[in-house]
Amino acid sequence: MRHGVMTVAKPDAAKRPGRKRRGTGDANWAGYLFISPWLLGFFLLTLWPIAQSFYLSFTEYSLLDQPKWIGTDNFAKIFGNDPLFAKSLGVTFMFVLVSVPLKLLFSLLVAMALNQSLRGMDIYRTAIYFPSLIGGSIAVAALWRNMFGLDGYVNQVLAWFGIQGVGWISNPDTALGTLILLNTWQFGSTMVIFLAGLKQIPQELYESAAVDGARPLRKFLHITLPMLSPVMFFNLVLGIIGSFQMFTSAFIITKGGPINSTYMYALFLYEKAFKHYQMGYASALAWILLVIVAALTAINFFVSRYWVFYESDGGKVK
Amino acid sequence: MVGGRLAQKTEELRLPTLWPATPMWENYSEGWRFSGEYTFARFFGNTLLMEAGNVIGGVLTAALVAYGFGRLNFKLRGLWFSIMLLTMMLPGQVTVVPQYILFNHFGFVDSYVPLVLPHFLGGGAFFIFLLVQFIRGIPRDLDEAAKIDGASVYGIFLRIIFPLLKPALVTVAIFTFIWSWDDFFAQVLYISSIDKFTVGLALRMFIDQFEIQWGQLLAMSLLSIVPSVVIFLLAQKHFVEGIATTGLKG
Repeated sequence: MRHGVMTVAKPDAAKRPGRKRRGTGDANWAGYLFISPWLLGFFLLTLWPIAQSFYLSFTEYSLLDQPKWIGTDNFAKIFGNDPLFAKSLGVTFMFVLVSVPLKLLFSLLVAMALNQSLRGMDIYRTAIYFPSLIGGSIAVAALWRNMFGLDGYVNQVLAWFGIQGVGWISNPDTALGTLILLNTWQFGSTMVIFLAGLKQIPQELYESAAVDGARPLRKFLHITLPMLSPVMFFNLVLGIIGSFQMFTSAFIITKGGPINSTYMYALFLYEKAFKHYQMGYASALAWILLVIVAALTAINFFVSRYWVFYESDGGKVK
Repeated sequence: MVGGRLAQKTEELRLPTLWPATPMWENYSEGWRFSGEYTFARFFGNTLLMEAGNVIGGVLTAALVAYGFGRLNFKLRGLWFSIMLLTMMLPGQVTVVPQYILFNHFGFVDSYVPLVLPHFLGGGAFFIFLLVQFIRGIPRDLDEAAKIDGASVYGIFLRIIFPLLKPALVTVAIFTFIWSWDDFFAQVLYISSIDKFTVGLALRMFIDQFEIQWGQLLAMSLLSIVPSVVIFLLAQKHFVEGIATTGLKG
């Protein structure tokens, strides 16, 4: 799963008052029959693997022989004696911290530009949305690697202005920044979600603000931002979760280097599991990631009460 | 960018300049031939085969599950629905090792089963949610009318809901296609023999060579995005509008 949905999860969203027929045997049976593909997938590919990975995190396991129980040794080693853990976590936090706000800001600006009703807007929308849609593909990663090389296009353009560029990818100071830029460029789905949110803001709000003489900035601060905050929150939560899993570009473009400056956590985990075949160790890393992401998401939900505005609450910030 | 794909071979000793001195279409033919034994025709065929499975599986099962959640009443429906939404927030890395072990146990590693099977199991929470939102927008009067005519819940799904879901299903199909085309992590994890390579994996072999053939690599990279471009252009209306109208309600 790479991109998320458009609205904040509401636990009781499925419940619909009024139609109470639940409990009758037939309807139960049909309902479970219809959701059975998902249920099967949930148990087989989600729940069981989570439990299994929890167990494996306390073992040493190379796929070849049986998992060997070693208690909390994996965790002790990760926290006590693995410089790569600290390094990759630091790199990943840095990545998340810069790329998530950057991407949110950029996609919001693009969405607002595309929300104008101009003739031929469909074409602009396609032209802007499409490049970012393929941004995750390996073809683009290859192109990116070419563009930002020492003799790449970026430096050729800079040379026209008399600027001597660096090897953006081979330089440890700029490599992570280059990946952040690539990630920001994949703004398509975030932008579409913003765009859908913008379209839902009632036009009357802007009209009455205009009557009151509000300037564009004021309209943005007092109408657009609050009305958009649930969508913003949603993009923020899924953006953070997605960024913690960034893999392809680090794997293809930099392979974690130079000097581990782009050694993302997902890459670390991948190498532990599928290069060194330390499945137990990798599972422990996965569970640490889960705890970090869950904690951040919980904090996000908690803090959201102070800035996310739900119209249905009668206009007060919940 | 176009320049890179036509760049003269001698220029490839360095990186290609912005505009090639002499265009060289051989980059396409030589890149396409790849290793000699397997050409890009094979890799495109492999990828499209996998995509066919993914799209069919995703569209069919996501529609089934969404109908269950969106229209039928059953015990614990709210609970299962919340769990489904929660799974979207689960980092994939947590399940990847045990999933690999599971597929390895059944001998499915180095086959397309690990790539395709998940799409036949609901197609992903995101798509189910998208379709549930869409189904909620379909007037219930239609169901009631069909019921009076004697249709069962299965009949209503087949004759009313599924046909009406078409615009949303197009969105699901396109997203599934493009995302699985780009889902490099799963491909690199599960496919190892070259005769089963996808386009993405073949491109990576170009990159991992000692001396990168930039001209051929970029030529094939350009070709590799053609299917996504075609799919996108064919249905671009559905793509942006479809998600805007289905996604954000309720």
